[in-house]
Amino acid sequence: MERQTLRNLFWKRFRQNRLAVSGGIIVLVLFLTAAAAPLLSPFDPDAIDRHHVLMPPSLHHPLGTDDLGRDVLSRMIWGARISLAVGFVAVGIATAIGMLLGALAGYYGGWTDRMVMRFIDIMLSIPTFFLILAVIAFIGTSVWNIMIVIGLTSWMGVARLVRAEFLSLKEREFVLAARAIGAGDARIIFRHVMINSMAPVIVSAVIGVAGAVLIESALSFLGIGIQPPTPSWGNILSLGKDYIELAWWLSVFPGLAILITVLGYNLLGEGIGDAIDPRLWETERK
Amino acid sequence: MLTYLFKRLLEIVPTLLGITLISFFIIHLAPGKPTDIFTELNPRITPEARERLEKLYHLDKPVIVQYGLWIKKLARFDFGESFSSDHRPVIEKIWNSKKPLIERRLFVTFMINFLSMIVILLVALPLGIFSATHQNSLWDKVATTTVFIGFAVPSFWLALLLMILFGVELNWLPISQLKSMGYASLPFWSKVWDLTKHLMLPIFVSAFTGLAFDSRIMRSSMLEVIRQDFVTVARAKGLPERLVIYRHAFRNALLPIITLMGLSVGGLIGGSVIFENIFGIPGMGQLFYWSVMTRDYPTVMGILTIGAFLTLFGNLMADIGYMLADPRIRAK
Repeated sequence: MERQTLRNLFWKRFRQNRLAVSGGIIVLVLFLTAAAAPLLSPFDPDAIDRHHVLMPPSLHHPLGTDDLGRDVLSRMIWGARISLAVGFVAVGIATAIGMLLGALAGYYGGWTDRMVMRFIDIMLSIPTFFLILAVIAFIGTSVWNIMIVIGLTSWMGVARLVRAEFLSLKEREFVLAARAIGAGDARIIFRHVMINSMAPVIVSAVIGVAGAVLIESALSFLGIGIQPPTPSWGNILSLGKDYIELAWWLSVFPGLAILITVLGYNLLGEGIGDAIDPRLWETERK
Repeated sequence: MLTYLFKRLLEIVPTLLGITLISFFIIHLAPGKPTDIFTELNPRITPEARERLEKLYHLDKPVIVQYGLWIKKLARFDFGESFSSDHRPVIEKIWNSKKPLIERRLFVTFMINFLSMIVILLVALPLGIFSATHQNSLWDKVATTTVFIGFAVPSFWLALLLMILFGVELNWLPISQLKSMGYASLPFWSKVWDLTKHLMLPIFVSAFTGLAFDSRIMRSSMLEVIRQDFVTVARAKGLPERLVIYRHAFRNALLPIITLMGLSVGGLIGGSVIFENIFGIPGMGQLFYWSVMTRDYPTVMGILTIGAFLTLFGNLMADIGYMLADPRIRAK
């Protein structure tokens, strides 16, 4: 019963927060768009049409066409898939690494803690975007490489959060109780402490998806991300830069899509945080 | 305080080593050997020439020896020679001491980041204070909404929109390079004006995200401080509100901002790849992008290391600033 009421309380708080709900709706719409891309897109996103190159928005092509006459709206709808996939896989990787290292550092302390914290310091000192750019350019620009590299370079925040949670939770009675009945380290870490430190991790993961979406689009914009003909919002924007004096629609619409998506994840993340713990967002975010 | 500073400096050593280790091993991620780029470009290269190249870059030795040799050179600020066709030393490409300051890449990047930090402070602090002292007013809500959108705007998109608006449509500002064609022959103040015009958009773009973030933090930090007892005491003894806010509360609320500024150095430097690329600014970020694209490994490693040095330096400065601003730490 206790669990049920807590969940109800969460939903009640979440529903009252209009911004959080709109964030949730944005993310939901994004999911649906990505899932139904073949049904929704009016054209084949890769269909080249030499007679309708760089056409401004019209009834036929609501968001115009690109330099090869491909329909921008259709490419953007398919681009939602990439954006979603990169965001979630990258954050999944980052969260897994961050939780593991943070838990080890916070739970064991001492040398383990010092090593992990030093590693975090090192990772934070290298300008992240330089690092990502170099690694991806060297190992190749496949979608998987991009997801993995973004994930491997953005776990530091989660690790710090989890470590702080572990530091404060590991001395509490329920941990002592678990140890008293003979639970091993692994069981205490994963079954007891980790569960109780999930709230800030979920919030930072949802907000982290926004960060990953931004990085992917920046990479694609620079030509080191998702490679054409696979459509991504970033690589459409990159065309926008090439045709800046001819075709404003290539710049405006994909950027707007990124903006709304990132806004959606941010609002949703903060909303979840507020609903779990109203004090969270004022204090927990650095 | 000095002991703390000394300990802090000592801590930098292992961090630096770690950074060089990561920068070094990144180039070994690439499939094939770094010299492949020469041989790919020139199919007629002989095996002997290839061997000579490998010897030149010590690629015939074990990885660990290569790392040692690289570190040895690094200690003298020698980053080796570029793989590009000019074969100049990397350090000369980044910091050419024979050219005027404005043509040195490291200086250009540093200047733009420094200026955008100043812009961030000048706008974010007053905005944050205003939002906090007028909490939940209409302006606070407008500012908060703007900030939220500010977080979400991709900087390169903002750059494109501004270029379309001010450069293409209105034709007020130049959209690329740092200087106009006839820059060299201009009188001094026209030179300054020319630079300013070229720098306006890049600085605005690079400051924008930080601006949103910092004003948000300033707001919450200020809100926390003005609820504390010493602020109530200051009010109770009859100090005018202006003094309460700007002398008593402001200084205390500034502490998290100092830390944040230090931490944001890495992001700013990383971001310079994006805006230098868009605006065609001859800085370190642009060179990094080119080097990455042409697999110019020594330059990539050099810039990664320098970028990390600068970030560490920024963090150190923030720590020192924090100590100077907070008497509790100064006393220790």
